[in-house]
Amino acid sequence: MNDIAQKNHAHGNPRNFWRLYVFSTDHKVIAKQYLGLALFWALLGGFTAYLIRWQIAHPDTEAWGWGFIEPGVYNALVTMHGTIMVFFVAMPLLLAVFGNFLIPLMIGARDMAFPRLNMLSVWIFALASIVLITSFFVPGGAPAAGWTGYPPLSAKNEYTGGGYGVDLWLVALALEFASFLLGGVNFLTTAMNLRAPGMTWLRLPVLVWMQLIAAVVFMLSVGPIIAGAVLLLMDRNLGTTFYAPAGGGDPLLWQHLFWFFGHPEVYVILLPGFGIILEVLAVFARKPVFAYRPIIYASMVAGLLSFIVWAHHQYLSGMDPRLAMPFSITTIIISVPFGLVVLSIIATLWGSSMSFQTPMLFALGSLGVFIFGGLTGIFNGSAPVDIYIHDTYFVVAHFHYTLISNVFFAGFAGLYYWFPKMFGRMMNEALGKIHFWLTFIFFNAVFGPMHLVGVGGMMRRISNPTQYDFLKPVEPLNMFITLMAILLLVSQLAFVINFLWSLLAGKVATANPWRSNTLEWTTSSPPPHENFAATPVVHRGAYEYSVPHAQDDWLPQDFDSDKASKAALP
Amino acid sequence: MQNWFPENVSTFGADVDGIFWLIFYITTVWFFLTEGLILYFVFRYRRRPGCKAVYAAGDTWRQLAWVLVPMAIIVALDVLIDVRGADVWAKVKLQRPPTDIIVRATGKQFNWEFTYPGPDGKFGTDDDLTTDNELHIPVGKPIHVVLTSKDVIHSFFLPHFRLKQDAMPGREIPVWFEATKPGEYEIPCAELCGFGHSGMNGRLFVQTADDYGRWVAEKWPEKRPTDGDRQSETKSRRSRG
Repeated sequence: MNDIAQKNHAHGNPRNFWRLYVFSTDHKVIAKQYLGLALFWALLGGFTAYLIRWQIAHPDTEAWGWGFIEPGVYNALVTMHGTIMVFFVAMPLLLAVFGNFLIPLMIGARDMAFPRLNMLSVWIFALASIVLITSFFVPGGAPAAGWTGYPPLSAKNEYTGGGYGVDLWLVALALEFASFLLGGVNFLTTAMNLRAPGMTWLRLPVLVWMQLIAAVVFMLSVGPIIAGAVLLLMDRNLGTTFYAPAGGGDPLLWQHLFWFFGHPEVYVILLPGFGIILEVLAVFARKPVFAYRPIIYASMVAGLLSFIVWAHHQYLSGMDPRLAMPFSITTIIISVPFGLVVLSIIATLWGSSMSFQTPMLFALGSLGVFIFGGLTGIFNGSAPVDIYIHDTYFVVAHFHYTLISNVFFAGFAGLYYWFPKMFGRMMNEALGKIHFWLTFIFFNAVFGPMHLVGVGGMMRRISNPTQYDFLKPVEPLNMFITLMAILLLVSQLAFVINFLWSLLAGKVATANPWRSNTLEWTTSSPPPHENFAATPVVHRGAYEYSVPHAQDDWLPQDFDSDKASKAALP
Repeated sequence: MQNWFPENVSTFGADVDGIFWLIFYITTVWFFLTEGLILYFVFRYRRRPGCKAVYAAGDTWRQLAWVLVPMAIIVALDVLIDVRGADVWAKVKLQRPPTDIIVRATGKQFNWEFTYPGPDGKFGTDDDLTTDNELHIPVGKPIHVVLTSKDVIHSFFLPHFRLKQDAMPGREIPVWFEATKPGEYEIPCAELCGFGHSGMNGRLFVQTADDYGRWVAEKWPEKRPTDGDRQSETKSRRSRG
């Protein structure tokens, strides 16, 4: 089934620097290029967070290492923080890095179905990054209409005092969407056509399923926002009035187009994170994933449902208030499939045999943090409660709990876990544990109290809460949160140092340091250019851990018990 | 935690808070159940020599029941939250008790303009009064506010009343509320509206019947509308229908 496809993309092993590292079609190199870009943006996004928190806690003072933050600059900071973290950190890290690196390896293929398209994807993403960075330097500065970019504020420069910033923002986003659309096509085609013999759909690791479902949800949802972005570009530059009431348009149109995409988008980010958690938990708990098939079906249902909840972002927007309860109901229904996934993850831990290396710590931490975030989602989903908490820091606290648990905790779990496979070296375990505990403690210290700030009524995107009498009570909370945020950011040094040092001088990794069943661990660390010496043959599912009466507590997918010969073992 | 909420002075504030607390109690129970279970499992099932994991893949109905039964409970609680919530939403956003006190609130970069119809009760006449950032209302009576915007989207937020509604250009969006005690309250803007968003803040004066009567008398001294006299402090404007 995969002969023709593999013949079509057989190519010689490139030797020169440019073909090896810059213009590479090798999915493993492309994954690392995405990783480099995502880590760069994570540092920049983190810096914007520092400035935002500084201004909130110490308004109109000079931030260390920066200086005074004007209100217009503050608005640009919150805009860029959200844009960077969602589109230039979360998407590339969770989907592009792990999807690109792992899908071919986990299914037993030599590369993606379309290696050159894959290279095009990462180059388009790099271009999107350049366009977004440029927005900092044009007259008028970076966009300042929020990461949600609502018109009329975003439609006319006189409203924000900006220049080309919003236009560049729209172009950068459109390029980013194009990059991920191409990636999604690649992921799906690869999984459909290049699975090794014996790798049936239901023997695929959960991570692959999650990437595929995310790819489908992304591809189905992104059209409306691209359309909306084009309309906004036209309003801004061609004098059209799609969003301007004076010309017969409606600002609400943007909101619907944005959120119709925006809500499925958060599940596009979430599902791959769940995939990482499940892979890591199974290996470190030496147990099969509990309810593997129901988890897959529930994730598909959640993906479908994500298309009918979007207006829970718009209860108070001016849309017909009779729509609020239907969207409240669909929103609350979506907690059902996610409840199944979370409960199944917990059930995976029952009766297990857990060891707590860094990947496992981050996976468990991700689970714990995500549950809290998922629960505060119930408050936000309820229309009457939203009357009060909409556009307050309660919402901000909620989405940081759900997003950071996924992007950063699950992302770190994946990085620590697959670092040996990607780079052929182990990361330092002691430093990893320090990184985990500091991150876990400071993260909760920042975003836990933030719920109280929201309950106190503090609005989003205000640069100076001391301008309001009713916000006096939350001033000490804001100062505490800012201090904790600075400590959280500084703690990430433990990761940066560990990552860079391990790249150069980490302990050399064996093929399968974690004793995992999935196919990527049957080849060397790092894998050769063509991934496998010979096409693997798959005999079982991915989670045969602690099988009763078996000799070992693990059983690789390609182990042929008939032949009684084991595949590459440490 | 109740102390972190601003004081509630609204007739429907307790209803809104009530749904918050309903959800709070339900989610708190689930929080301790799930996180407690995880902590217990992490301790109980830590790796120990000689102890093997149990091969429980959740592929039988008996095993799946451990997940499906809690999910059924979750669904029931979700229904409860939505049924109770629907009543409160209807009360605040779908129904409007009749009243004769109607004010137009127009958001603009970066303040609220409040337009009063004056003694004739009609907007667009000579006795209209427009103030910047000052909303005067009597205590204990329903108030209708009609929201719009001159430029970008703003949001009319009364934290002490548990009321919020976006104000859109090109639309007239009605809200209502009723104050339970006199006092002075803030009306922040709750939707990013530009570089002056922070600090955009109106003042709501909830007055006793007497004080309100005095304020009305001060703003509209005994004159017939056809007199042609202008208000002394701010312009009266024709509002757009």
